[in-house]
Amino acid sequence: MANAPKAHANPPFWRDERALRLLAQLAFGAAVLFFGYILIQNMVNGLRQQGTTLGIGFLQNTAGFDLAETLNDYTRSSAYIQAFLAGLYNTLLVSAVGIVLSTILGIILGVARLSSNVLVRTLATAYLELMRNLSLLVFLIFWYLGVFLKLPLVRDAINWPGNIILSNRGIGIPWGIPTETWPAFKLFLFGGLLLALAIIVIFHFQGKRTGKAPLAIVWAPLAFIAVAVAGWFLQPAAPLSLDLPAVQGLNIRGGRIFTPEFMALVSGLVLYTAAFIGEVVRAGIQAVSKGQVEAARAIGLTSFQTLRLVVFPQALQVIIPPLTSQYLNLTKNSSLAIAVGYPDLFYVSNTILNQSGRAVEMITLVMLTYLMFSLITSIFMNWYNARVRLVER
Amino acid sequence: MTKKLYPILGLLLATAVLLAACGGSPAPATGDAPVEQPTAAPAEVIFTTPSGYGVTLEAVQSRGNLICGVNSQVPGFGYVDADGNFSGVDVDYCRALAAAIFGDADAVEFRPVTAAERFTALQSGEIDVLSRNTTWSTLRDTELGGNFVHTTFYDGQGLMVREDSGITDIAGLDGGTICVQTGTTTELNLADVFAAAGVSYTPAVFEDADGTFAAYAEGRCDAVTTDKSGLVSRRTVLADPEAHVILDVTMSKEPLGPMVRHGDDQWFDIAQWTVFALISAEEFGVTSANVDSMMTSSNPEVLRMLGAEGELGAALGLSADWAYNIISQVGNYEEVYNRSLGPDTPTYIPRGLNSLYTEGGLLYAPPFR
Repeated sequence: MANAPKAHANPPFWRDERALRLLAQLAFGAAVLFFGYILIQNMVNGLRQQGTTLGIGFLQNTAGFDLAETLNDYTRSSAYIQAFLAGLYNTLLVSAVGIVLSTILGIILGVARLSSNVLVRTLATAYLELMRNLSLLVFLIFWYLGVFLKLPLVRDAINWPGNIILSNRGIGIPWGIPTETWPAFKLFLFGGLLLALAIIVIFHFQGKRTGKAPLAIVWAPLAFIAVAVAGWFLQPAAPLSLDLPAVQGLNIRGGRIFTPEFMALVSGLVLYTAAFIGEVVRAGIQAVSKGQVEAARAIGLTSFQTLRLVVFPQALQVIIPPLTSQYLNLTKNSSLAIAVGYPDLFYVSNTILNQSGRAVEMITLVMLTYLMFSLITSIFMNWYNARVRLVER
Repeated sequence: MTKKLYPILGLLLATAVLLAACGGSPAPATGDAPVEQPTAAPAEVIFTTPSGYGVTLEAVQSRGNLICGVNSQVPGFGYVDADGNFSGVDVDYCRALAAAIFGDADAVEFRPVTAAERFTALQSGEIDVLSRNTTWSTLRDTELGGNFVHTTFYDGQGLMVREDSGITDIAGLDGGTICVQTGTTTELNLADVFAAAGVSYTPAVFEDADGTFAAYAEGRCDAVTTDKSGLVSRRTVLADPEAHVILDVTMSKEPLGPMVRHGDDQWFDIAQWTVFALISAEEFGVTSANVDSMMTSSNPEVLRMLGAEGELGAALGLSADWAYNIISQVGNYEEVYNRSLGPDTPTYIPRGLNSLYTEGGLLYAPPFR
């Protein structure tokens, strides 16, 4: 036909697949933007009709309410933003404590699941099945109303050896109070930390160069402890004085008091998340091929050495990504604190919302804050994952 | 993995920028957005006011029922029983309002709202009126976008303790723990009063009344605080009511009453005159039993209120017999009060300030004229 030479000419753009794809993307993008615009416009109009406007200036207003436990020096006359920060710190505290404890418990559970001991294995399996099939909220309320509030009243508080006091107002343990030599002692702690880091780095490079290096994981903490102990005794007076809890008046005074709300939240989160971490650890260990273990045994490694030198390093790269999401889950689940009255980020924001009536602003702030937690955790865990990933040669 | 996070980060940034933009522009008025503001703002002002006036009544009438935000956890004020029936003085106010509008006290849907969500529910139009033992205060009357109609119950904040604790006043609670519900004026008063008295305490704060009183019952705190009426009513549902005493301490003024949205004066008037009809009916001795014979009363003001004379109903946008319907179906203030808080109920509260002005109380309604 006559049009044979035109066969390779570009078709019009409405028949060009690449152009159509691009158009579809643009149309979809525009639709999303338009929808978002309508939502926001609608909200702004609604607020304007009520005579309120958006803005975060109100965060400077006086809060006026008290919080049960804070890590900053918040009082009723502080600004809303101080209350918000107090909640933020409490969330960070619960998440940090929760992540550390649930990781330890989770690893124990994961290894126990694979134990050759029938009793240990069955108990671990039963625990995991129980936890994984419970609702976390129910579990938290159980710990709060069913366990920690069922402890005796303050006047009948239980005294455990070691000056531990148990009551439904809280669990008091002995705690150190900084004395005037504490600031000087802090320098030693810092120096010890630097030394420990130096040991880790030096041993790491020595290991790379010679293939033989002492274990940093043993020597670094030892060095830190040695410096700290030396620092303690070099001070003219002890940097910390012991403060014992005691029942006094209506409450426990002195020492460090863990409130029932904190205890219930941490217990619930740790025991619940540990079950999931246990499964993650088990899956990671089972993902290491059997030949690796057999080979390690063949060259005469003990079973502990096999676990530490062969299995765990390889299991880690399977474990890290799902472990990250468990850490994220724990952090986000900590917002259930409101059910047991622990003043975490969400709880305090909710109070601010109620007292100030700034629903849109507070909910947005809370969402952004949780999103930031999650992104920071993900970034760190991804970096760590990249480090432990097996370099295939 | 990390790269996948960039779009999310971008979205985050975009949200932040948008928020900043939303938050920034209204304050300096025309400062950085001279193009948009002048066109949008005056148009809003001109059209909102007329369209706001009367819209609520119109919406309620076309819907066919009134949606009333109530409490479901405080016996005597707003409580839902095992069969799902609502009762209490706040609930009866809703029924009175429905009777005024529809001539049918049952044309009302009760929507239980928590202390925390009540204002949002009212602002967003989810409920037509909030009748949920809500304290009248400055910020709530202005910034929260609502108007308090009238005080229907004069209350004060109190403290309840265990009788065997031997505590008799605020100073006795030094170093103690106090249970309180979040999102309430109570929470703020507690901080104020204890700070002023120089008494240290630890709050234990809970999301709802049930949680607060459950923790108190378990001994989590030495005292629980809320409005005295709330203490009286919640004490009846504790395991051993006799073991708890309400201290003779009044920590605040708590005028409780219904609340409506800003921007609709007609609806405000209807809500307000419903309260006045309840109070005036008691003053004039009009009850649900004798309201029919009162239609021929010799008191002209009674006739005007009941619609037998004059056109007061039309002025409110209602039928002439609006007040007649309230009284015949729900009763006057005294009947409403005694039904939920009277001597024959477990939640008995002496009338005290909530008596007519002629009997030394604070109830005083403007004339029907």
